[in-house]
Amino acid sequence: MLDKALWISLTLIVLALAMNVIRLARGPDIPDRLLALDTMYVNSIALIVMLGLWLNTKTYFEAAMLIAMLGFVSTMAICRYLLRGDIIE
Amino acid sequence: MTLYVLLEWVISFLLVAGGLFAFTGSLGMLQFKDFFMRLHGPTKGTTLGIGCILIASMLYFTVTQGDFHVQELLITLFLFITAPVTGHILAKTGLHMHLRFITGTRGATPEFLDEDVGQHRVERPPRPKRPKRRARARRWL
Repeated sequence: MLDKALWISLTLIVLALAMNVIRLARGPDIPDRLLALDTMYVNSIALIVMLGLWLNTKTYFEAAMLIAMLGFVSTMAICRYLLRGDIIE
Repeated sequence: MTLYVLLEWVISFLLVAGGLFAFTGSLGMLQFKDFFMRLHGPTKGTTLGIGCILIASMLYFTVTQGDFHVQELLITLFLFITAPVTGHILAKTGLHMHLRFITGTRGATPEFLDEDVGQHRVERPPRPKRPKRRARARRWL
């Protein structure tokens, strides 16, 4: 039961990542690509958590935490750069 | 024994629901017509999906290993706090760059402040041109 649910969820997340890559390549403007990258960060957190479920270890949660923080900070930095032309004024 | 079967059902349901929500968010980001429409999918659907998956993982490790497992709740809280902030600043960036949007929506048009919205549309950076062969030859001569 859990096996099948894990497989279905993995398939859906990988399809979502593929759609993000399409939007990242096709996005007409810079904020579209930025949004696609931010969504890719979130989906990769889901992939890492499901890898931890699959291998039955607790090792990967620090990696997921790190990816969440880095995704937030990098999106914020690029948005600041696009808004102000500078990151730290 | 029945409790374990019930918990397995709950964990499986949460996993599938999380995958479906994340898929729907990315589908919205791929299919909508406009940047401000596209912003809705990832900031709501994907965030809810990742919350479902993290809570499923928390339940699984709490059940199998006995002790209460809090790290996933920490990641969920962090994501739920940061997703609205990211959406807000991305919308501000889109307004600042004057991205084109579809004008078929009903309702009053919002009034923008000058400090929020740039003065003109920020164009895409032009594709870099290759220098002409004649100019390069003249420089070398």
